[in-house]
Amino acid sequence: MKDIFTGKLVRLSAFDPEEMSKAFPRWNRNSEYFRLLNSSARPMQSSKAASKWMEEEVSAMSLESYYFSIRALEDNKLIGEIGLDVANWPGREAFVGLGIGETEYWSKGYGTDVMNVLLRFAFTEINLRRVSLGVFEYNPRAIRSYEKAGFRHEGRLRRLLNREGRRWDNLFMGILREEWLELNVPVAAEAAVGT
Amino acid sequence: MKDLFRGELVRFTLEEPEVRAKAEAYWQRDTEFNRLADSEPSQLSSEKKIKEWFEKQSENGFEPQRYSFSVRTLEEDKHIGFLGVWVDLIHSEAWVGLGIGEREFWSKGYGSDMMKLCQQYVFAELGLQRLSLGLFEYNPRALRSYEKCGFRLEGRSRKEILREGKRYDSLWMGILREEWLQMQNGENP
Amino acid sequence: MFDIQTQLFEGQDIRFGPIDHEKDPEIESKWTHDSEFMRMMDTAPARPMSAAMIKKQYEKLEKQIEESKNLYHFMIRAQADDRLIGIAEVQRIEWANGNGFLRLGIGAAEDRGKGYGIQALQMLLRFAFAELNLFRVSAAVPEYNEAAIALVKKFDFVQEVCRRKSLERDGRRWDFYFFGLLNDEWRARA
Repeated sequence: MKDIFTGKLVRLSAFDPEEMSKAFPRWNRNSEYFRLLNSSARPMQSSKAASKWMEEEVSAMSLESYYFSIRALEDNKLIGEIGLDVANWPGREAFVGLGIGETEYWSKGYGTDVMNVLLRFAFTEINLRRVSLGVFEYNPRAIRSYEKAGFRHEGRLRRLLNREGRRWDNLFMGILREEWLELNVPVAAEAAVGT
Repeated sequence: MKDLFRGELVRFTLEEPEVRAKAEAYWQRDTEFNRLADSEPSQLSSEKKIKEWFEKQSENGFEPQRYSFSVRTLEEDKHIGFLGVWVDLIHSEAWVGLGIGEREFWSKGYGSDMMKLCQQYVFAELGLQRLSLGLFEYNPRALRSYEKCGFRLEGRSRKEILREGKRYDSLWMGILREEWLQMQNGENP
Repeated sequence: MFDIQTQLFEGQDIRFGPIDHEKDPEIESKWTHDSEFMRMMDTAPARPMSAAMIKKQYEKLEKQIEESKNLYHFMIRAQADDRLIGIAEVQRIEWANGNGFLRLGIGAAEDRGKGYGIQALQMLLRFAFAELNLFRVSAAVPEYNEAAIALVKKFDFVQEVCRRKSLERDGRRWDFYFFGLLNDEWRARA
């Protein structure tokens, strides 16, 4: 069984509250980043406040929530974070939330690569049947990235968001286990094919 | 859609901690019952302690990893035992442990009825892939009952239990989702 | 052969030691990022953990050891430089029945294939049988862990149980084996 945490450009690594509580405020100073991820206007959070929430959530290691930091393979730099929230276990469905805080890594395929790695974890390690996500209409870069990773459009909440004087839709996308398996051969099978 | 909690002889219920504690405190006096149900040494706990244990369990509200039922007879609504299900969410597998504390209900099909209800709950409601259980070599009654329900013997941990100076194997049984579905199709032409 | 002068914790290339709360978290944190190792070691999902989290886990573990009294945990350290190379455990001990489960893992890929596993299992079995006086021990091994299956078979463990399609990983279901070894059997081959 090969390494499921490593992709082509990035790897998933431990979510370290101390490191993240410093990175989060820095990333969120960029209001564009903030607005791509958050529907509400929220005041900036201090390192200390962010750290406390993270410590409790992350160290709980619950079966419902999985947090990862994203590191570039090239120089091991922390570039963002990704998390999976199991909405309901009997349904085996989870929501994924991804944020690449370091803007120089936008539009270079990093988002799609991270999503592929995360979906492999979702479908072959915690054995979910579906992964969902929400994305704002004004984030075409992310929408394109998720389409590339295999997500399909499933609907939209019309005119949900209110920014810069106009209304925007909130899009829902989803990918099923069968669909992902078709696009991606599991790592074990790849190894077998090699021999 | 049928009532998932109603079988042919019994029904699953949710009882208050006091009711459960009172029943368990009485059943634990029967050491044969204890030894069939558990590998741990028989012991006697106070009703207070047992009640606190049940209260602690339901403290966190609904947890998808655990389902705990009390069992009552349909005929007289008598509280005769319990059935617990532990779910491994990641691997989609459940463990079942049951016990009939009232002796006069042994060997009369009540155990099988409880187990069939459990299988239905695990496969049709929780949508899981496998149901497992363990029992002891000195419990042939349970072994027969579970085999009738479609469980297969998957192995024996040799001489794992020491009781009355003699050693007995632990038995492991399991039924897969596809096997249970096949049984359902066979039974409902 | 089984006199009290026999060293329980000192092996040829490795030794059993306690947790080093300062140095070990960083190393175990690395192991948790190796999904291949984690999938061999545990049926729980592989999840990368920070050194800080590992440190917290050590505290929980030591508390559990003290309170439950049915768990023994050893760190496997290299004799040469004392570095952490793996873990060895006797767990789920039932004293009245005299049984327990064994758990063993060599964390870094470069430390495997060097015979450390064999040395460690040898020491762990001696501890379980000659010091804890257990009647028998079990080892739970997933079907896909060929190295572990080979290791326990080397020590004449008997495959006692096959829990069919009990685990799901990598898009398919796998069997889960339980192996068992009795104290008498171990004594006979020693």
